[in-house]
Amino acid sequence: MTQPVLEARGLVKRYGKVTALDHCEFDLMPGEILAVIGDNGAGKSTLIKALSGAIQPNAGEILLEGRPVSFASPNDARAEGIETVYQTLAMSPALSIADNMFMGRELRMEGIMGSLFRKLDRKRMEDFSRQKLSELGLMTIQNINQPVETLSGGQRQGVAVARAAAFGSRVVILDEPTAALGVKESRRVLDLIQEVRARGIPIILISHNMPHVFEVADRVHIHRLGKRLCVIDPKGHTMSDAVAYMTGAAVPEGVAEPA
Amino acid sequence: MAEADRYEDVVRTRGEEKFAEFEDTDKGLLGRFHELLHSTPAIVPLIVLLAACVVFGLILGSKFFSPFALTLILQQVQIVGVLAAAQALIILTAGIDLSVGAVAVLCSVIMGQFTFRYGVPAVLAVPIGLAFGTAIGAVNGWLVSKVKLPPFIVTLGMWQIVLAVNYLYSANETIRAQDIEAQAPFLQFLGTKFNLGGAVFTLGVVLMLVVVLVLAYVLRSTAWGRHVYAVGDDPEAAQLAGVDRHRTIMSVYMVVGFICGLAGWVMIGRFGSVSPSATTGVIGNIQAITAVVIGGISLFGGRGSILGAFFGALIVGVFELGLRMAGADPQWTYLLIGVLIIAAVTVDQWIRKVTA
Repeated sequence: MTQPVLEARGLVKRYGKVTALDHCEFDLMPGEILAVIGDNGAGKSTLIKALSGAIQPNAGEILLEGRPVSFASPNDARAEGIETVYQTLAMSPALSIADNMFMGRELRMEGIMGSLFRKLDRKRMEDFSRQKLSELGLMTIQNINQPVETLSGGQRQGVAVARAAAFGSRVVILDEPTAALGVKESRRVLDLIQEVRARGIPIILISHNMPHVFEVADRVHIHRLGKRLCVIDPKGHTMSDAVAYMTGAAVPEGVAEPA
Repeated sequence: MAEADRYEDVVRTRGEEKFAEFEDTDKGLLGRFHELLHSTPAIVPLIVLLAACVVFGLILGSKFFSPFALTLILQQVQIVGVLAAAQALIILTAGIDLSVGAVAVLCSVIMGQFTFRYGVPAVLAVPIGLAFGTAIGAVNGWLVSKVKLPPFIVTLGMWQIVLAVNYLYSANETIRAQDIEAQAPFLQFLGTKFNLGGAVFTLGVVLMLVVVLVLAYVLRSTAWGRHVYAVGDDPEAAQLAGVDRHRTIMSVYMVVGFICGLAGWVMIGRFGSVSPSATTGVIGNIQAITAVVIGGISLFGGRGSILGAFFGALIVGVFELGLRMAGADPQWTYLLIGVLIIAAVTVDQWIRKVTA
C-alpha cells in the first residue's frame, strides 16, 4: 500500500464541553483529490484547521509522509508545504496581487540593499506572480500591481488558488472554493483544481456542492459527528447515497472498517 | 455520475470564457483620475498644498514666497510633523494614538530632569528619554495586541496617565532655556540653525524630513511595511496569510513611542526650555490626527501614505502662517481646517469606492 501524504490518527479537539473532533482519522493519498463532506457542525472545518495549523488538537497525531508533525501556527504548516485557501481567501484588498501572493514570505533584494536596507525585490515577485497566474491559465494579467479589491470574486479566488498552488509543494487545502461564486466562475475554479492536481499536488476539497464534489473528487471522505464515517468512491455511489450517509439517514456497508 | 447531473457543462462549451482577464477598459478622464488617486493617495493633499501656496502667493505676493516665510512654516510644523508621522503609522494599522503629544512632552521632561536632577550627561539623557518613549509605546502595543483593548481606549487612558506622571515627576517645574544652554547644550541640539541660500533651517526640520522619508521607504519597500498595511486592512486575513499580527502591532507602537521621544527632543530645540505644561501635551494628539486625516490616510486603516500626513501637516502650517500674514482673525484658520478635515474624509470615501 502506498504511503499517505498526510494522515491524522485519533485527532481530538474539544471546545469547552463540545467535542468537535472525536478520535478522527484522515488519509490523503499522493496525487488525489479528496473531498471532505459533512453536515454543518460535523467538525469538518475543525479537521481542516487542525491539518492546516490554524488550531492545535487536544490529542492524536498528524503525520506528513509518515513523519509525525505538529503545527503551532499556519506558518508551520506552510513551511512543510501545506497551503490552504480559506473560505475568506485571506487577502488584503487594498494591496496588489503581487503583494498578496507573497504576503508573509516576501523576497528581498540580493546584496546590501536586501540585507541592510531590507528592500523588497518587487520585480522578482511580480514576475513570479505573473508566471504562476498564467501557468494556471488565468489568462493575460495586464497589471499585477492592481489592488485585489478591483478584481471580481472569481478572479480573487483564482489568485488565492494560484498562491496556494505556487507555494504548496505537498498539499493544497481548499475550503469551500466555489461557495461564493457564480456558475461560470465555479466552473473555472474546478478546472483550476484539476490543473493543480495535474501537477501532482494532492488536494483536499471541502465543499457542500455535491455535483462539484462528485465531478472532481477521486475519493470522498464523509464526516459525521466529529469523525470519519467512511470514505467512498464517487464512481460507485450516487449523490443521494452520500447525502444519506452524511445526514445519518443511511449507514454505509461495512462502516466498521475504514476504507 | 448520471448524465442529467452534468447541468453545468453548458457553460463550458458556450462561447469563450472571460474569467480572469485583467484588461483595462477606458473609464474616461474621471475614471483614470480616480485610479490615480487610488494608487497614490498622497496626491490629493499635495494638490491642496500647492493650491494653498498659489492662493496665498497671489494674495501676499513676495512676502509669502520669501525663503524666510517658507522656512518659518517648516519650523512651525516640525513638532506636529514628527508627531503626524508617528500618528500615521498607528492609523495605518486601523488604530489611533491619543497619547502622542503627552508622550513627547514626558520624554522632553525626562531628558531635562535626568540631566539637571541626576546629573546624567545630556548625550545619555536623550537616549534615556527615547527609551522611555519606546517603553510607553510598548505598553500601548501590548494592551492593544495581547489584551485586545480598543486603541482609542488604551491611548485615551495612557494620555491622562502620561500627562499626570509628567506633572507629578517634574513638579511642574520648567527648566529655563539659559540653564540648558549653559549646562547641557546637547539637549537643544535640534534647535541648531543653519543657513541655506537665505533660508534658515534647523536640525529639527531636517530630522522631521528624515523621519518622514525613512518611514516612507520602510512602508513602501520592506516586508514590514507591507505587513503594516495588511494588518490595518484586514487583520484576520493578514494572519491567515502568514503575517505575525502581534509582532507587527507591537513593533508599530514601539516605533511610534520612539518617534514621540524624538518629537520631545525636537521640542527642546524649538522652545529652548523644557516645560511640562507645553501645549503639545494637550493638543498634540489632535494636531497630529488632523494632519493625518487631511493627508488622506484612512481612519479605517490600510490606506494612505506617510507623505500624505506630512503634506497634511504642511497644509495646516501654510494656512496658519498665510492667514496670519494676511491679517485674518485666527478663527478663520480653525474654520478652514475644519472644512478641510471633512472634505478630506469625503474624498477618502470616494477613493475607497472601487467602481467610479
